[in-house]
Amino acid sequence: MQQLLRRKTWRQFSLVATAAVIGVPLLVICWSVLQLATAQDFSTLSHLWQTVVPEYIRHSLWLLIGVAFGVTTLGVGTAWLTTACRFPGQRLLSWALLLPLAMPAYITAYTYTGMLDFAGPVQSALRNWFGWSYGDYWFPQIRSLGGAIAVLSLVLFPYVYLITRATFLQQSATTLEAGRSLGLNPWQCFWRLAIPLARPAIVTGATLALMETLADYGTVQYFGVTTFTTGIFRTWYGLGDLQGALQLAAMLLVAVILLIFIERWSRSQARYDQRSNRPAPPFELRGGKALLASIACWLPLLFGFILPALQLASWSIERSEVWLQASFWQLTFNSFWLAFLAALLVVVLALWLAYGRRQIPTRVVRTSVAFAGLGYAIPGLVIAVGLIMVLTSVDHGIIALSKTWFGYNPGLLLSGTVFALLFAYAVRFLSVSLQTIQAGLVEIRPSMDEAARIQGYTPFQVLRKIHLPLLRPSVFTALILVGVDVLKELPATLVLRPFDFNTLAVRAYEMAGDERLADAGPPALMMVLVGLIPVILLSRAMLKSQQSALKEQDFVPVTA
Amino acid sequence: MLRKVLTLTAIAASLTATVAQAATVNVYSARKEALIKPVLEKFTAETGIEVRLLTGGGDALLARLQNEGENTPADLFLTVDAGNLHRAAEAGVFQPLTSNTVLNRVPDHLQGTDNLWVGLSLRARPIFYAPDRVNPSQLNGYEDLAKPEWNKKVCIRSSDNIYNQSLTAALIEHWGEEKTQAWAEGLVNNLAKPPVGGDRDQLKAAAAGVCDLAVANTYYFGLMQTGDDAAQREAASKLKIFWPNQDSFGTHVNVSGIGVTKHAKNKAAAQQLIEFLLTAESQAWYAATNNEYPAVEGVEWSETLQAWGEFKADDLSMTFLGENNADAVKLMNRAGWR
Repeated sequence: MQQLLRRKTWRQFSLVATAAVIGVPLLVICWSVLQLATAQDFSTLSHLWQTVVPEYIRHSLWLLIGVAFGVTTLGVGTAWLTTACRFPGQRLLSWALLLPLAMPAYITAYTYTGMLDFAGPVQSALRNWFGWSYGDYWFPQIRSLGGAIAVLSLVLFPYVYLITRATFLQQSATTLEAGRSLGLNPWQCFWRLAIPLARPAIVTGATLALMETLADYGTVQYFGVTTFTTGIFRTWYGLGDLQGALQLAAMLLVAVILLIFIERWSRSQARYDQRSNRPAPPFELRGGKALLASIACWLPLLFGFILPALQLASWSIERSEVWLQASFWQLTFNSFWLAFLAALLVVVLALWLAYGRRQIPTRVVRTSVAFAGLGYAIPGLVIAVGLIMVLTSVDHGIIALSKTWFGYNPGLLLSGTVFALLFAYAVRFLSVSLQTIQAGLVEIRPSMDEAARIQGYTPFQVLRKIHLPLLRPSVFTALILVGVDVLKELPATLVLRPFDFNTLAVRAYEMAGDERLADAGPPALMMVLVGLIPVILLSRAMLKSQQSALKEQDFVPVTA
Repeated sequence: MLRKVLTLTAIAASLTATVAQAATVNVYSARKEALIKPVLEKFTAETGIEVRLLTGGGDALLARLQNEGENTPADLFLTVDAGNLHRAAEAGVFQPLTSNTVLNRVPDHLQGTDNLWVGLSLRARPIFYAPDRVNPSQLNGYEDLAKPEWNKKVCIRSSDNIYNQSLTAALIEHWGEEKTQAWAEGLVNNLAKPPVGGDRDQLKAAAAGVCDLAVANTYYFGLMQTGDDAAQREAASKLKIFWPNQDSFGTHVNVSGIGVTKHAKNKAAAQQLIEFLLTAESQAWYAATNNEYPAVEGVEWSETLQAWGEFKADDLSMTFLGENNADAVKLMNRAGWR
């Protein structure tokens, strides 16, 4: 018994330690606040408060509200239509709706600016047709808060779609059938049964999207929207005040913690433990209704993926010679391997933490796991800077030791190598895989473990024979979400990569940052193509599980 | 056995280390890969010295350099504006340049204090106007941008951008903070559209009639004129350069520059690379590729630059741009210049 207790204490300690290591860059941010308290130097902060911070808060809030509305509407709507209804193209759409995930938000922003700007083809064509000139007509300004909300919603809604759809698929047939037999029409089923039951999933998806929104720098900066994140960089670059910038980042951290509390609170309201052995039969849509449903699903796909991808393709044709360069393929190779390795690492970490949290749900473990997941909402560059500070000091220690022991200087082993990149990705994207895996673990009820243990299974056997098969879809989803996110990641990659090591995202950014959008085309398109492979794999796996579930019984479609 | 392996690895490692030291130089560069790599490759071809390159944002690279301290692999730090050079010099990451070949080739005002860095190229930030709507005799200098007659007729990018910060920093030095503050407020009032987009976007907007005056760096105009995008070439053809403040301090210029890091392991090679970057041939290439003006006097300008004509450039020491940068940002914050 005592041994068991000791093992548990050790396990608890190791969990907290893992979380603390992952949270190290965040601790650097907290440290900057501490310094503020001791140094009593409020000059930068008070100047910012008096001039720009109110605007940052206002814009960030509007952005969050707008994106929350956008991703929920698009994500939940399409998820419901593709799971609960049958209409022409529904099967294709059910996986294609994930494609916008492969599109980095800033790339989508570039393409829309290229298309919709004053000098772009759309407005030029309008002017030519109607003989207008500047000032004769009103056209929405793409580089604006509204534009940023639209672009971020279009790129991020698949998070909500993915997670909500999984829940809709699991929603028990009996609940919906009871609803129908009580005379609810499909709309009422949706509003009064499906949505309330899927609320935790919707909130989780929206939280992921909102955290990504808070961390976004590329899109808002390109659109000239001043938010908290742009403010952090303005303070650092413009005022040369890294401490002040980190203090702003700390304020951002507080906002994220609030967001997470809202999520927890909304989840804790009720239990949603409904086991489905049998999914509900879909509504068969005909005629006008089918057409409307198709349009509602095609529009987000068109604007979130097809149009930007076409624009990239047209730029890439202009620069076709790039596709033959060896250096270009080297970039692709780098990006792919980095994404693959990072995804593996992050998922292993998430499994370790999620299991620990499940088995030892003490307050300290839960808090530290939640802390480790905060990095998702912190701009990659801030994480990178925190990481540089920590890793270089570890490196200095290693070098000093190695010099005294072996008389040999190994160089910067941690901060100057791919290790730093992988570390940064772990900090940044742990939350994505943690949320996905925790959602999967919830499905494995404790009673299953207990039953197996009573049957004499060792914990390892429980893991292998019960958990792994049941968790496989969540692990797979987590791998892909992280992989695709790493593929798109830019700011941390830019700061932390080793000499002569570039990725597709870096190349695309360097070109676009120089206002050479056409040259950014090939690497951006390649990034989307590499990202497409895992996204398609993911959607096919999703589709298969749905089909096998549906095949298990002969159901008669209900005519709506 | 283990000991033997360790010694062997140590010997092998130290061997490779010394070999590497003799033949490489490591560069942290805020100038993007496409705009610097060709000239570095040429250096390798001519000297056999391998160049390892890491590109990134100037401030981020500086943070990395500072934290890496004496263990930094970087021998050279190249940035694209005076503000960053100044910040690097203040942070103590540079060591003074000792080569007279280097110091004599670059004019004094394009060098850092204590010979910590030298400029490689210059870009000017003039005013562009639409000749069909603006008579250049109406214009004098940067002060016009804030005058009421140009209400809702000026395009300029966000003050997040270092070029605007440097311009404002220079004006603070010339006019004092009070006058510059009033200028920034007047300028914000005169904006024809929110200050979004890059320099090229301001030029395109002026060409399309959104505004009459636009402020942009010369090389963006050059890229539009010579680029392969027909729409951009057409936009550029509708604009002309006005060189501001020719009767007073001259047109604002900024510099890209380079310095040897304090803890450089390959100092000789680093110095050799700077010397190479300052040869007439490299200067001509580097300047022409970036549509910038060579830092070394007497090097021939590219055709594009020659067509724009000679002008009086502000010869304010670049150090002031860095020193006043934070004040400039605060001033622009107060003026509501986003």
